[in-house]
Amino acid sequence: MQDECKFAGFGGQGIMTVGRLLALAGLQAEREVIWIPSYGPEMRGGTAYCTVVISGLPIGSPIINTPGSLVAMNRPSLEKFAPTVRPGGVIIINSSLIPVSVPRDDVDVLEVPCNQIALEIGSVRSASMVALGALAARSAIVPFETLCEVIESEFKRKAEVARMNLAALERGAEVAREKPRFEPPAADA
Amino acid sequence: MAKRLMKGAEAIGEAAIRAHCRAYFCYPITPQTEVAEYLVRRMPEVDGVFLQAESELAASNMLFGAAAAGARVFTSSSSPGIALMSEAISYIAAAELPTVFVNIMRCGPGLGGILPAQGDYLNATKGGGHGDYHCIVLAPASVQEAVDLTMSAFELAETYRTPVFVLGDGLIGQMMEPVEFKEGVVNPPPERPWATTGCKDRDPNLVKTLFLDPAALEVHNRKLAAKYREIRANEVRFERYNMDSRPETVMVAYGTVARICKTAIDFLKEKGHEVGLVRPITLYPFPHEELLAIARDEATRNVLVVEMSNGQMLEDVERATRFLKPISFFGRQGGIVPAPEEVVRELELLAS
Repeated sequence: MQDECKFAGFGGQGIMTVGRLLALAGLQAEREVIWIPSYGPEMRGGTAYCTVVISGLPIGSPIINTPGSLVAMNRPSLEKFAPTVRPGGVIIINSSLIPVSVPRDDVDVLEVPCNQIALEIGSVRSASMVALGALAARSAIVPFETLCEVIESEFKRKAEVARMNLAALERGAEVAREKPRFEPPAADA
Repeated sequence: MAKRLMKGAEAIGEAAIRAHCRAYFCYPITPQTEVAEYLVRRMPEVDGVFLQAESELAASNMLFGAAAAGARVFTSSSSPGIALMSEAISYIAAAELPTVFVNIMRCGPGLGGILPAQGDYLNATKGGGHGDYHCIVLAPASVQEAVDLTMSAFELAETYRTPVFVLGDGLIGQMMEPVEFKEGVVNPPPERPWATTGCKDRDPNLVKTLFLDPAALEVHNRKLAAKYREIRANEVRFERYNMDSRPETVMVAYGTVARICKTAIDFLKEKGHEVGLVRPITLYPFPHEELLAIARDEATRNVLVVEMSNGQMLEDVERATRFLKPISFFGRQGGIVPAPEEVVRELELLAS
């Protein structure tokens, strides 16, 4: 079983970092992982995205055109990638910056005001951590505790950043847990 | 030892350190500048030399000089940068100096773009520079293999006193995967009695590439040719994937593309279709014998070559299989990486 998540937004939102943290958590959970950045010309245009694949088996293609989940931190990312998410997947929308939703009933769409929550905690820089927390709670891609451990160890020299990031992760997870479980439409409907 | 999550380019830098390489000369270029970024910090920790030259031309000739003086050396660049280094690579091959060149390929020709490609296959395997020479060419398909082959490259370079290429596409340089650095894999550099280290109390050594006497140059050419024969006899490496069932269709792909083909194979296997893959790990020497055996196998109906190029390795596959079986080609260019779904579609077309 292979899980893939695409993180997308604009440069400076911590897209690459949260992707890397998820990959590290996968590694710590003793699974195969791969982190694939976008490094093409679009990077120079301000948008950034990366894909993380976590699997129980050796990972083949690093090219994932239809990811299992998507974290969209800005509107262009949502519009570009929402149609590519596989049915039954998860889409986390940063509703602080994205005033629209996704007209799909075959995926679990979760709107999370990531920037607003991050600001309440102390810094907008944790917005992507809020989204990561929501994703982790909504999909069982990695154990939530493993993600917390990775954040603690990656930011061990910056105690205040670690605290904010953990708080952001937890708040994102809370929002995700509050929403009822996603029931995909019946196949015969 | 615990695995580390590293970018391919950084892992290549660390692999060189672990392989006792203590001199790196470079000029930055996407998508592999992270090798330099990593080593500018790491080389001083091991008392090594990190030097960013004023150009690729300078960097490659610094490599030439340092190798002649007996140092274990390497450089890294990407396609247009390697083209600029080609003069030095020819000289280094002629002078029989152990050196390692890492080429993380981007798309071309010309400045092209910065995205992944495999358009330097012919450049790497058939020469690139002028004159009659070959380099050993190793093609990793994962970050771990980039580490293992980079380490191996230093030893091959010394065994055969020849430049060795590690040829990866942009994804190999840019993606992160868990890697393990095995201890004690590569020995420290051996004695180099030929090196120009200062000739106090001994006869001078001479490292040269100029042979004005045609008879002497032909002797030198034949010596190089004998070396390449030995390399072809001893160093072929490849991986077979899903070949045990003697599938009707066999794909040939290397690097990242081979992984994409594996995903396509796994997908079709679930639907009851068997397709095999031969992944050359050494592009020079090329697995000619293996591919000829497959072409001669009556079970084989056709061969599909997949590359991020307009069909470069294809020429070697055609030569190896002697056109005994029909060969199809599927390639993407411009920095577009083929998706597994596209490879599946090609395979389904072949089967129909």
